Amino acid sequence: MRRPSALHLILLPLSAVMVTPLVWMLLVSISTQAESRRFPPGLPSGIEWENYLAAMRDAPLGSWLGNSLVVSVVCVAGNLLLCSLAGYAFARISFIGSKVAFVLMLATLMVPFQIVMLPLLIMMRSLGLVDTLGALIAPNLATAFGVFLMRQFFTTLPRELEEAARIDGASRLRTLLQVLLPLMRPTLATLAVLTFLQTWNDFLWPLIAVQSPDVMTVQLGLQSFQGAHTTNWPKLMAGTVLSQLPVLLVFFFAQRFFVRSVAAAGIK
Amino acid sequence: MTAEVQARRAVVRERPRVDRRRLDDHVAGWGFAAPAVVLIGVFGLVPVVWSFVLSFQHTDLTSPGTFAGGDNYAKLVADPLFWDAARRTLVYVVLFVPITLALALPIAVMLNQKIRGVVFYRLAVSVPLVTSTVATGIMFSWLANPQFGLVNAALDAVGLPKQGFFSDPGQALFAVVAMTVWGWLGFAVIIYLAALQNVPKDLIEASSLDGCGRARSFWHVELPLVAPATGFLLVWLTINGLQLFDAVYVTTKGGPLRATTVLVYHLYNEAFVSFDGGYAAAIGCAVFLVIGAFTLVQLRFNRRTSHYEVR
Repeated sequence: MRRPSALHLILLPLSAVMVTPLVWMLLVSISTQAESRRFPPGLPSGIEWENYLAAMRDAPLGSWLGNSLVVSVVCVAGNLLLCSLAGYAFARISFIGSKVAFVLMLATLMVPFQIVMLPLLIMMRSLGLVDTLGALIAPNLATAFGVFLMRQFFTTLPRELEEAARIDGASRLRTLLQVLLPLMRPTLATLAVLTFLQTWNDFLWPLIAVQSPDVMTVQLGLQSFQGAHTTNWPKLMAGTVLSQLPVLLVFFFAQRFFVRSVAAAGIK
Repeated sequence: MTAEVQARRAVVRERPRVDRRRLDDHVAGWGFAAPAVVLIGVFGLVPVVWSFVLSFQHTDLTSPGTFAGGDNYAKLVADPLFWDAARRTLVYVVLFVPITLALALPIAVMLNQKIRGVVFYRLAVSVPLVTSTVATGIMFSWLANPQFGLVNAALDAVGLPKQGFFSDPGQALFAVVAMTVWGWLGFAVIIYLAALQNVPKDLIEASSLDGCGRARSFWHVELPLVAPATGFLLVWLTINGLQLFDAVYVTTKGGPLRATTVLVYHLYNEAFVSFDGGYAAAIGCAVFLVIGAFTLVQLRFNRRTSHYEVR
């Protein structure tokens, strides 16, 4: 048998440091109030499920999670559809103004969000979307990054694939749906994962675009919950665990895939 | 009929068909691209111009603004709070970016080895990626709690005095650095891992046949080959560092004593606490200018220093 690598001596403590915040969050969430205020802190003696019930009683976690889900799912769907179509057009069709449109679109990738958000708020107000989920969805329905990702993908495909179908008289849309769609799956999945992560964890835009508790996303809701419960750590931690559960579950089941997406796109 | 005439006729007959196909292309192209292009144009490009216009107005963002000339920029130059915020942002970026890079590369190299349990280690390092900044802020507020936090317990165990961390004006910004390094480390490690896995194995084998030790082949073969990844991370982390906001909002709200009021936090305060939207827009334009300049310089520099192409 091979001798265990000396690297474990570094990697094991390092991993411990990385997971400690999450593990400790779980431990505090099942502690009693008294246990959470001991010094030095220790392990809880039992499991205090009451914290979770209290968190769900005090905060509309269900509707916050629902709002986040609606916003994320609609934005993912919008990006998959609109970015594929636009990406295909920019990669394969030479149409008037395509170069200018593409370059201008790429330029928006360099713009920090803080400069966009003030006029965006004015726009949302005049559209009557402020304090609705629409305000969170509209600006994220299609992203320049998504179009870029899909265009890059289409340029790597051999043209012969489509040409055969086109010569047989299939329309562009039909070619896209029947010939190319199966090949697009990995790239679409990458785009879906990244869009989901980004909209699910978004904070600054919901913070300024939404005020009512029943329109809040889970990140925003959690933040307001934190403001109201800084003295009851176990309850706050239970709420935090519940809010992170969906993404963490997805992450654990699709870790390999997740990591590949992030590496492919370079986006957090 | 001569061949020439036949050919000319063919051209004449051919031309309208060609034109119609071109027209089809324009229609189809725009038909496919328009929904995304219009959305991105309206919500991504128009606001940039609009923000620039706002920066020359007195406006609270709710009622129509009035022309302000260069007032907002004059205020910016004379505003000590702005320069304090700029200084803090600089301190933050100068710590956050190099620390993240310096930790990420050795970790990526270790995780690139074939050792037992590497899957678990990768999972542990990358799990903060999906943890939202709000949740991270809540966790770290507890870990760094001055009275009963875990970090102070560790300090206490080795006989050191308890620290205030987020509640100490002298330490809060560094606590934010530590927290965001934790949050971004996994991202940097993944980018480096991807780059390292693209380094051709035969290059490393060749260098070891030539008598390179492990350390030397790392310095002279792998490190130059991951230079593009370093360049990318440098730009990406700096841009994100300059835009620091969420992590501050959920932990310190810019305090204590403004110790963590960085540029974007100052912008947020001006726009939504002082309702000085025009001034906030001017701060935004200044941040944009810095980010744009940095990106261009880095792109040029990167092009000159990366001798290798790594897919």
